[in-house]
Amino acid sequence: MEFIKDIITGIFFFIGSMSIIIGACGLIKLPDVFSRIHAAGMIDTGGTAFFLLGMIVQSGWSLITVKLILIGIFIFFTSPVTSHITANLARQKKIIPVGKKIGKLL
Amino acid sequence: MYLAALIACGISGILILIRIILGKTTFDRVLAINTLGTIIVIGIALHGFYTGRPEFLDIAIVYALINFIGTVAVLKLFSTGSLGDIKK
Repeated sequence: MEFIKDIITGIFFFIGSMSIIIGACGLIKLPDVFSRIHAAGMIDTGGTAFFLLGMIVQSGWSLITVKLILIGIFIFFTSPVTSHITANLARQKKIIPVGKKIGKLL
Repeated sequence: MYLAALIACGISGILILIRIILGKTTFDRVLAINTLGTIIVIGIALHGFYTGRPEFLDIAIVYALINFIGTVAVLKLFSTGSLGDIKK
Protein backbone atom coordinates (compact mmCIF):
# COMPACT_ATOMS: atom_id res chain seq x y z
CA MET A 1 0.00 0.00 0.00
CA GLU A 2 2.88 2.35 0.76
CA PHE A 3 4.33 1.60 -2.68
CA ILE A 4 1.11 2.68 -4.45
CA LYS A 5 0.99 5.84 -2.31
CA ASP A 6 4.57 6.69 -3.26
CA ILE A 7 3.85 6.18 -6.98
CA ILE A 8 0.75 8.44 -6.89
CA THR A 9 2.67 11.10 -4.94
CA GLY A 10 5.54 10.93 -7.42
CA ILE A 11 3.22 11.43 -10.39
CA PHE A 12 1.58 14.45 -8.72
CA PHE A 13 4.96 15.96 -7.80
CA PHE A 14 6.21 15.46 -11.38
CA ILE A 15 3.21 17.29 -12.87
CA GLY A 16 3.56 20.07 -10.28
CA SER A 17 7.29 20.50 -10.93
CA MET A 18 6.76 20.68 -14.70
CA SER A 19 3.97 23.22 -14.13
CA ILE A 20 6.03 25.60 -11.98
CA ILE A 21 9.13 25.37 -14.20
CA ILE A 22 7.08 26.07 -17.36
CA GLY A 23 5.37 28.95 -15.55
CA ALA A 24 8.72 30.46 -14.49
CA CYS A 25 10.09 30.19 -18.04
CA GLY A 26 6.94 31.90 -19.33
CA LEU A 27 7.34 34.64 -16.72
CA ILE A 28 10.77 35.39 -18.20
CA LYS A 29 9.97 34.96 -21.89
CA LEU A 30 6.53 36.58 -22.36
CA PRO A 31 6.69 40.22 -23.49
CA ASP A 32 4.07 42.07 -21.45
CA VAL A 33 2.44 42.46 -18.02
CA PHE A 34 -0.92 41.24 -19.29
CA SER A 35 0.58 38.08 -20.73
CA ARG A 36 2.84 37.45 -17.74
CA ILE A 37 -0.29 37.25 -15.56
CA HIS A 38 -1.11 34.07 -17.50
CA ALA A 39 2.18 32.41 -16.49
CA ALA A 40 1.79 33.53 -12.87
CA GLY A 41 -1.71 32.08 -12.77
CA MET A 42 -0.36 28.78 -14.06
CA ILE A 43 2.11 28.62 -11.16
CA ASP A 44 -0.55 29.62 -8.64
CA THR A 45 -3.16 27.06 -9.71
CA GLY A 46 -1.35 24.11 -11.34
CA GLY A 47 1.75 23.99 -9.20
CA THR A 48 0.03 24.56 -5.87
CA ALA A 49 -2.83 22.15 -6.59
CA PHE A 50 -0.63 19.23 -7.62
CA PHE A 51 1.95 19.69 -4.86
CA LEU A 52 -0.76 19.90 -2.20
CA LEU A 53 -2.57 16.86 -3.68
CA GLY A 54 0.66 14.86 -3.50
CA MET A 55 1.22 15.81 0.13
CA ILE A 56 -2.44 15.02 0.98
CA VAL A 57 -2.06 11.51 -0.50
CA GLN A 58 1.11 11.04 1.54
CA SER A 59 -0.29 12.23 4.89
CA GLY A 60 -3.59 10.33 5.07
CA TRP A 61 -6.43 11.39 7.38
CA SER A 62 -5.10 13.69 10.09
CA LEU A 63 -4.82 17.34 11.13
CA ILE A 64 -2.08 17.84 8.53
CA THR A 65 -4.59 17.20 5.74
CA VAL A 66 -6.86 19.92 7.13
CA LYS A 67 -3.97 22.40 7.15
CA LEU A 68 -3.01 21.50 3.56
CA ILE A 69 -6.62 21.96 2.37
CA LEU A 70 -6.69 25.32 4.20
CA ILE A 71 -3.57 26.50 2.34
CA GLY A 72 -5.08 25.34 -0.96
CA ILE A 73 -8.40 27.12 -0.41
CA PHE A 74 -6.66 30.34 0.64
CA ILE A 75 -4.30 30.42 -2.35
CA PHE A 76 -7.18 29.56 -4.74
CA PHE A 77 -9.16 32.55 -3.48
CA THR A 78 -6.36 35.12 -3.27
CA SER A 79 -4.52 34.42 -6.54
CA PRO A 80 -7.30 35.66 -8.90
CA VAL A 81 -7.84 38.71 -6.66
CA THR A 82 -4.16 39.71 -6.92
CA SER A 83 -4.11 39.11 -10.69
CA HIS A 84 -7.23 41.24 -11.14
CA ILE A 85 -5.89 44.11 -9.03
CA THR A 86 -2.58 44.10 -10.93
CA ALA A 87 -4.21 44.03 -14.38
CA ASN A 88 -6.75 46.72 -13.46
CA LEU A 89 -4.07 49.05 -12.09
CA ALA A 90 -1.82 48.47 -15.12
CA ARG A 91 -4.75 49.39 -17.37
CA GLN A 92 -5.48 52.54 -15.31
CA LYS A 93 -1.82 53.61 -15.57
CA LYS A 94 -2.12 53.29 -19.38
CA ILE A 95 0.33 50.48 -20.06
CA ILE A 96 -0.21 49.40 -23.66
CA PRO A 97 -0.35 45.69 -24.52
CA VAL A 98 2.05 44.43 -27.18
CA GLY A 99 0.46 44.55 -30.63
CA LYS A 100 -2.29 47.06 -29.82
CA LYS A 101 -2.58 50.56 -31.22
CA ILE A 102 -2.81 53.45 -28.78
CA GLY A 103 -6.13 54.72 -30.16
CA LYS A 104 -7.92 51.40 -29.78
CA LEU A 105 -7.17 51.06 -26.06
CA LEU A 106 -9.62 52.28 -23.40
CA MET B 1 11.02 12.51 -4.01
CA TYR B 2 10.67 15.52 -1.73
CA LEU B 3 14.26 16.53 -2.57
CA ALA B 4 13.51 16.54 -6.32
CA ALA B 5 10.43 18.71 -5.76
CA LEU B 6 12.50 21.09 -3.59
CA ILE B 7 15.13 21.35 -6.36
CA ALA B 8 12.36 22.16 -8.87
CA CYS B 9 11.09 24.90 -6.52
CA GLY B 10 14.65 26.29 -6.28
CA ILE B 11 15.15 26.40 -10.07
CA SER B 12 11.79 28.10 -10.52
CA GLY B 13 12.60 30.62 -7.78
CA ILE B 14 15.92 31.53 -9.42
CA LEU B 15 14.13 32.08 -12.77
CA ILE B 16 11.58 34.34 -11.08
CA LEU B 17 14.37 36.31 -9.35
CA ILE B 18 15.79 37.06 -12.83
CA ARG B 19 12.40 38.56 -13.78
CA ILE B 20 12.35 40.63 -10.57
CA ILE B 21 15.78 42.07 -11.42
CA LEU B 22 15.05 42.67 -15.13
CA GLY B 23 11.41 43.80 -14.85
CA LYS B 24 10.68 47.10 -16.53
CA THR B 25 7.54 48.32 -14.80
CA THR B 26 6.43 48.09 -11.18
CA PHE B 27 3.62 45.67 -12.05
CA ASP B 28 6.09 43.08 -13.37
CA ARG B 29 7.98 43.17 -10.10
CA VAL B 30 4.85 43.01 -7.93
CA LEU B 31 3.47 40.07 -9.93
CA ALA B 32 6.79 38.21 -9.78
CA ILE B 33 7.17 38.82 -6.03
CA ASN B 34 3.66 37.47 -5.41
CA THR B 35 4.46 34.35 -7.46
CA LEU B 36 7.76 33.91 -5.60
CA GLY B 37 5.81 34.03 -2.33
CA THR B 38 3.53 31.24 -3.55
CA ILE B 39 6.57 29.11 -4.45
CA ILE B 40 8.08 29.80 -1.01
CA VAL B 41 4.83 28.57 0.62
CA ILE B 42 5.09 25.30 -1.33
CA GLY B 43 8.79 25.08 -0.43
CA ILE B 44 8.13 25.50 3.31
CA ALA B 45 5.51 22.73 3.23
CA LEU B 46 7.82 20.42 1.25
CA HIS B 47 10.70 21.11 3.63
CA GLY B 48 8.52 20.16 6.56
CA PHE B 49 7.64 16.85 4.91
CA TYR B 50 11.27 16.27 3.87
CA THR B 51 12.65 16.60 7.38
CA GLY B 52 9.74 14.63 8.90
CA ARG B 53 8.30 17.54 10.87
CA PRO B 54 4.98 18.68 9.30
CA GLU B 55 4.53 21.42 11.92
CA PHE B 56 6.06 23.78 9.37
CA LEU B 57 2.60 23.96 7.73
CA ASP B 58 1.55 26.60 10.30
CA ILE B 59 4.38 28.82 9.07
CA ALA B 60 3.23 28.17 5.49
CA ILE B 61 -0.33 29.32 6.32
CA VAL B 62 0.96 32.53 7.94
CA TYR B 63 3.29 33.18 4.99
CA ALA B 64 0.38 32.84 2.53
CA LEU B 65 -1.68 35.37 4.54
CA ILE B 66 1.15 37.91 4.79
CA ASN B 67 1.98 37.50 1.10
CA PHE B 68 -1.54 38.50 0.04
CA ILE B 69 -1.72 41.44 2.47
CA GLY B 70 1.71 42.73 1.39
CA THR B 71 0.88 42.59 -2.32
CA VAL B 72 -2.40 44.45 -1.88
CA ALA B 73 -0.69 47.07 0.34
CA VAL B 74 2.08 47.72 -2.21
CA LEU B 75 -0.45 48.06 -5.04
CA LYS B 76 -2.60 50.45 -3.01
CA LEU B 77 0.42 52.56 -2.12
CA PHE B 78 1.41 52.69 -5.79
CA SER B 79 -2.15 53.51 -6.87
CA THR B 80 -3.17 56.30 -4.50
CA GLY B 81 0.11 57.46 -2.98
CA SER B 82 -0.96 56.75 0.60
CA LEU B 83 -1.99 53.80 2.74
CA GLY B 84 -5.32 55.21 3.86
CA ASP B 85 -4.30 58.32 5.78
CA ILE B 86 -6.92 60.86 6.76
CA LYS B 87 -6.54 63.84 4.44
CA LYS B 88 -7.54 67.30 5.59
